[in-house]
Amino acid sequence: MQATNLLILILVMAAIAYLIGRGRALSVAQPLGGIRHLHSLPYYYGMRAAIWCFIPSISLLILWVTLDENVITALLLADIPAEIKPATESDQNLLFNQLENIISGAISVERVTPAIAAAAERLEGLRQTGYWLMLAVICSAGALGGIWGWLKISPRLRARQQVEKVFVAFLIICASVAILTTVGIVFSVIFESVRFFNKVPVADFAFGLEWSPQTAIRSDQVGSSGAFGAVPLFVGTMMVSAIAMLVAVPVGLMSAIYLTEYAKPRVRALAKPMLEILAGIPTVVYGFFAALTVAPYLRDLGANIGLQVSSESALAAGLVMGVMIIPFVSSLADDVITAVPRAMYDGSLALGATQSETIIRVVFPAALPGIVGGVLLAVSRAVGETMIVVMAAGLAAKLTANPLDSLTTVTVQIVTLLVGDQEFDSPKTLAAFALGLMLFLVTLCLNVIALRVVKKYREQYD
Amino acid sequence: MTSIMTEANQGLLDRIPQQPVPEDLAEDYATTGYPFTRDAKMKMRNVNVFYGEKQAIYNVSMDISKKEVLAMIGPSGCGKSTFLRSLNRMNDTVEGCRVEGDFSLDSDNIYDPKMDVIELRARVGMVFQKPNPFPKSIYDNVAYGPKLLGVYNHRSELDELITVSLQRAGLWDEVKDRLHQPGTGLSGGQQQRLCIARCIAVSPEVILMDEPCSALDPIATARIEELIGELAENYTIAIVTHSMQQAARVSNRTAYFHLGKLIEINDTNKVFTAPEHELTEAYITGRFG
Repeated sequence: MQATNLLILILVMAAIAYLIGRGRALSVAQPLGGIRHLHSLPYYYGMRAAIWCFIPSISLLILWVTLDENVITALLLADIPAEIKPATESDQNLLFNQLENIISGAISVERVTPAIAAAAERLEGLRQTGYWLMLAVICSAGALGGIWGWLKISPRLRARQQVEKVFVAFLIICASVAILTTVGIVFSVIFESVRFFNKVPVADFAFGLEWSPQTAIRSDQVGSSGAFGAVPLFVGTMMVSAIAMLVAVPVGLMSAIYLTEYAKPRVRALAKPMLEILAGIPTVVYGFFAALTVAPYLRDLGANIGLQVSSESALAAGLVMGVMIIPFVSSLADDVITAVPRAMYDGSLALGATQSETIIRVVFPAALPGIVGGVLLAVSRAVGETMIVVMAAGLAAKLTANPLDSLTTVTVQIVTLLVGDQEFDSPKTLAAFALGLMLFLVTLCLNVIALRVVKKYREQYD
Repeated sequence: MTSIMTEANQGLLDRIPQQPVPEDLAEDYATTGYPFTRDAKMKMRNVNVFYGEKQAIYNVSMDISKKEVLAMIGPSGCGKSTFLRSLNRMNDTVEGCRVEGDFSLDSDNIYDPKMDVIELRARVGMVFQKPNPFPKSIYDNVAYGPKLLGVYNHRSELDELITVSLQRAGLWDEVKDRLHQPGTGLSGGQQQRLCIARCIAVSPEVILMDEPCSALDPIATARIEELIGELAENYTIAIVTHSMQQAARVSNRTAYFHLGKLIEINDTNKVFTAPEHELTEAYITGRFG
């Protein structure tokens, strides 16, 4: 809350700095004969003053907020009476909880020892002082920055270039947030996986044929020792993804061809958004559609024709996942088919080819690399899809090639490993990170291949 | 709507001022010169072409004689490409394009609902402004049409057909050692000759060329012009061009289009030395684009 107030204050100061900076630029320009004698437009001078005000104060604010609590803790612990001085970290946390409660009034002062009451008072005092100090430091930093920016304004000052540089820096920071987050996620997964592989050998994990992650938590518990062979999970993932692609690729491709080549503009205007609505349906909705509608239907259908279909089947999950991916495939295919130059169609039609001959012999081969790239991207979506398989594919890790049987996938197991009460250092939970890492590597490879293929395709007509 | 016209003439539109038709000509659609011939391969009568509401061709009547080279010239947006594309119904693929009038190829009505467009396009081939080889091998590019039409019985016949087509297009010596390399790897001029080879591989009776040299350098252009002269021995050719020198070099007759009307059609020599119509004269003397 305090930080929020300060942020507003800083913004107000920056706005003022902008106005007075711009004002000064205008008044400097006046005697020279107008703003055309300035190096930059007046608002650049204003922006520059505002930046000088904003950046030092906001950096100080961020720094202060990060370090604030640590400094106060250290100060408090430095002169705390010996009888309540915490010995361990957990004691310290306990003490601070107590102090916190006293400050907020949840524990009345009468019920604690005077030493603790004094400590609580001192903590609050330190916080108050800290707040005012922070206010003073930040305000003066902002003011000094603003004044500096204001003083430097002269007709020759290259305010425009400087503002431009700050803008570029800001863009770089924004871009690096996404990259750093990715790197962070990768590293956290890698570190946790390394911990897992310390307990379970990599070979057992990568080539083991049995998956049964239940381990005994206490020594007196009757439990299996746990088996962490990921092969059944990856086989399950591949099976469901393959079924999904068998649905999505032909249907998506054909609908893209129809929409780009044959559909009249009115049909296209209607059908394309409707197809894209499919992409807007939350996957959890697809999930219960698969579990409650498609799976029982398949089971009954199977029973009628004498097939044993389990009520949670890879087939049901795969079919629904395929439907989910259709708009993905069709819109990518749509793009690459539209990108085939008009001259190719004309050339083929002028040789006496029909529309479908043109599509099969010219458009499709020309668009093929792009389509392959799109399909690979769709595969990595299918591999990473979770909600539908959680609901419709089942939990039993069976090594089976029968799509009518229930099976489980990598993503499903990650979910079940982490849901519920867990210790965070048992192989069972750590296995989730190892699975995540494997999954990440698989999708990464697919994406790299897909991007390469797409890139190669792009070079073809330029 | 006017995609073809703008596509064909892009880049010229902005620097060529459109001249309004003089008052006295506005009601007069009559064409100066000799639009009709005794030995016509194609006959066009009272042709009007519309893009949606906009009329692109006004009441054009003319013949294309057997084994002649007819050049169509005129400022950008005058409708010459549109007219050319209506001759093998390529305008059918353009949204909102409507063609009126009588077209005949020998004795067949081109716009007869019973006319097989596919067969028509095999009889009336087309070469485009920008070379557009398919992203296939040189061999497959030329084999494309014959394979579709099934005009050969044995592989050796197809090979023979491809060799002859490439020879006629003057490309054989340059590509005979690399028939199975991609056609897109050839130079611009070679690509355009590949497109001509592809076109003559289906034995067309008429070849339409829509500014075939506008994307090529002068040497490649000279090569194609020479080729047009050779092809004229066997085929009827109609060529749209922006270059008056090219029209003068390659054609027997020249048609001058202006704002969708056929102003003058005459022996090429006559058009360029003693044009009968003032607009033709204004155009060939460079008074407007």
